[in-house]
Amino acid sequence: MKLTVDGTTHDLDVEPDMPLLWLLRDELRIHGPKYGCGIDACGACTVHLDGLAVRSCQITAQEVEGAEVTTIEGLGTPDAPHPVQQAWIDEQVAQCGYCQSGQVMQAASLLALNPAPTDAEIDAAMSGNLCRCASYPRIRAAIRRAIQSEGA
Amino acid sequence: MASVGKIARRSFLIGSAAVAGGVAFGVYAWRKPVDNPLLADLPEGATTLNPYVMIDADGVTLITPRSDVGQGAVSIQTYLLAEELDVDPQTVRTSFGPASGAYYNGKVAAEGMPFAAWNDGLVSRVGRSAAGPAAKFLGLHITGGSTTVPDMYDRLRAAGATARETLKQAAANRYAFVRADLRTEGGAVILPTGDAVPYADLAQEAAALDPIEVAPRAAEGWKWLGKNMRRTDMVAKSTGTFRYGGDLVLDDMIHATVVTNPAMDGGVVSVDDAAARAMRGVEDVVPITDGFAVLADNTWRAMAAARALAIEWDVPTGRPADSDAMWEAHTAAFIDDAQDSRFADDGDVDAAPGDLVTAEYRAPFLHHAPLEPANATVLYTEGGTQVWTATQVPIFVRDAVAAITGQDADLVQVHNQPSGGSFGHRLDYLWVQQAAEIAVQVPGRPVRLTLSREQDMTHGFLRPMAIARGRGTVDDGQVRSLDLSIAAHSVTESQIGRAGLPAVGPDVAIVAAAWDAPYAIPDRRITGYRVPAGVGVSSWRSVGASHNGFFIESLLDELIAEAGADPVAERLRLLHDDASRGVLEAVADMASWNGPLGDGKGRGVAFTIAFGVPCAQIIEVSDTEAGIRLDKLWIAADVGQVLDPVNLESQLSGGALFGLGHAMHAEVTFDNHRIQQTNYHEYESMRLWQTPQVEVRTLETLPTIRGAGEPGLPPAAPALANAIFAATGTRLRDMPFAKSVRFA
Repeated sequence: MKLTVDGTTHDLDVEPDMPLLWLLRDELRIHGPKYGCGIDACGACTVHLDGLAVRSCQITAQEVEGAEVTTIEGLGTPDAPHPVQQAWIDEQVAQCGYCQSGQVMQAASLLALNPAPTDAEIDAAMSGNLCRCASYPRIRAAIRRAIQSEGA
Repeated sequence: MASVGKIARRSFLIGSAAVAGGVAFGVYAWRKPVDNPLLADLPEGATTLNPYVMIDADGVTLITPRSDVGQGAVSIQTYLLAEELDVDPQTVRTSFGPASGAYYNGKVAAEGMPFAAWNDGLVSRVGRSAAGPAAKFLGLHITGGSTTVPDMYDRLRAAGATARETLKQAAANRYAFVRADLRTEGGAVILPTGDAVPYADLAQEAAALDPIEVAPRAAEGWKWLGKNMRRTDMVAKSTGTFRYGGDLVLDDMIHATVVTNPAMDGGVVSVDDAAARAMRGVEDVVPITDGFAVLADNTWRAMAAARALAIEWDVPTGRPADSDAMWEAHTAAFIDDAQDSRFADDGDVDAAPGDLVTAEYRAPFLHHAPLEPANATVLYTEGGTQVWTATQVPIFVRDAVAAITGQDADLVQVHNQPSGGSFGHRLDYLWVQQAAEIAVQVPGRPVRLTLSREQDMTHGFLRPMAIARGRGTVDDGQVRSLDLSIAAHSVTESQIGRAGLPAVGPDVAIVAAAWDAPYAIPDRRITGYRVPAGVGVSSWRSVGASHNGFFIESLLDELIAEAGADPVAERLRLLHDDASRGVLEAVADMASWNGPLGDGKGRGVAFTIAFGVPCAQIIEVSDTEAGIRLDKLWIAADVGQVLDPVNLESQLSGGALFGLGHAMHAEVTFDNHRIQQTNYHEYESMRLWQTPQVEVRTLETLPTIRGAGEPGLPPAAPALANAIFAATGTRLRDMPFAKSVRFA
């Protein structure tokens, strides 16, 4: 199968039912997306599929054939972070950081669809992303900061 | 703010030593030499030092021996060294260093002794200082107990200052200047001519000098400490480029997962692995203690094959099999024969005057459930074994692996990894032992073991369940007596026992934050009862204080309500410790506390001291049609001295919200010896939509600098229960509260 990840197209020979998460992590060695639960209960594996946030543990190889996948590592880089990543840095959100790849991808997708979400819309969009360190107040602040910076 | 002079000077000396192509700076270990990890070839009897600054031809490496489980330990250790050494904390190389008794933690054992943090009397001080050498000889190279900052604050700055001045002297000698005319900047000595000499160029000459001991810089001159910091891991963690232990890739690596007896321990009756072996990518299925490991070329393939194993499990005997029986074992422990401690026994609670209030409270078993599943990579060869894993106890890991490989401990190298959370989980290492058991069966090939979430969640060592029986009296509008009895398993007995060490004497954890609560109640008694060992239990963020804060602050709130007094005013009247009154006054000020709110709203207050940090919290809730909504959380804490206001706020807020999420939603229950919660959908905790607004204020009046990873947790649950009582009139005495009320 062919799959484009972060702008690079790969030829892969995997089972049709292999989850995208494990295809990324163990076949392509792209480690930004994280394994936390495997059942869509934590959001640590969130990536963008054709621009929309999806749980990569729930999407199979056959479902993404020919699609464009963006991971946290393709969204921006340490030298040129995406505005949402920059907001995360400026608000010093991460503690252990393990969930933050998914949080950033979820927030970036939300703001791409809805550049000025209400607090309730932020709550609704982000509550599938579990942060065991409970960095939520800073996640909220970072999303508001990203909204401001995008609007500026 | 505590002055540096008021902070107790610890007994260490500054030193340096030559290493291959360079120099190491550190501090001599306590009084007697201990094994030095980086100078293994030092002659017998020579004094050794524990290095924190290594400089060789490759440049500067800072050694940050305390593990980073998300609390920012690497960042703050880096800043403490960089502040003195004048290197860029964002770019300097760091290493956890090897497992070594040289990196003993002199604070952990001290806080495990029955001396109240607010009591700085002679007996307490002597007792605490005696714990320092004990920790070393136990080899407690350990991260825990909110001790990283208090334990490292002086040591790392001293090491950095000595390294800087000795490097300056080396430059002064070489270029014929006076050391006082030189300065340092950006990892180099700056000559009066303006020329910069990189530290690496001076390392060998510095190694030949007597190290120069100078006092660390005064707080007034700090560049980074005390100001809002940018954590050194923040850019990588925000861009997905940070690498955890579970992201490690080695050549020819095997991916493995394990499935073990769902009763935690207990053997195997029979197995049929034919289906698993036939699956794509599966290399082997091998036996390990209490189960099997599947080896494959991809983690998902290993996990899928593990589910295809048909195993009949043995059933353990000799301990309660389900939650009802476990509660009964706790209920049965309130007897003289099971009494573990009575550290507080003032006046006569049996003769106290006034109206009697009684209540019973319960806290459930809890899992740490950090988001990164437990994992370890092990490469075994005949000549030695390499271990890559995130651990808070590298020496225990080293020795446990050596016991499995049959090698001397010095042939086992532990490469500590940053961890995607812990909350105490990484004080255990069962999965590292499992990875070692696999590795010895495939010599020469690295094995990366990743537990499935389900395996991790159903095989954790747990925060103990606990029952508290409280009674007290009120008289003339005041709290007159308080008598609290707490029954729980001993975390210390269970956890230290797993390391093969004896835990002698009473376990302070059973009564922590209850017996030492600084309330001047005339008749006051706190009794701990030890429930016989059952399932393995563990230190969970804030340990005993995580349930005892709820018990004592709920009982006190009930007494204050019975007395008709104000919850803040009566606590202030009773608190006999200045710093404790300070945080309670601060939080009342933040919340503009002035009595009941009415209109379906309620506020609750709670106060605890845990790990030496007085912390007070007020929570405001609304009773809505959708349920109880958490509106605001105010936190005030006194840590003695603030090094990073940003991360300090994150730790206090995170601790409180972690506590609230579990108090609202989470419990671990057993049926037929099996943990019933297998994944996060059955073990809910705080989510963004239920998170209240949080406001934090920190005070700096304590004479000692303190850590903040845990102290924010204990007051959160009782503050919420007390707020719900204020809003609805309903007392919540059992956690999780969602069994009794609905949350919006």
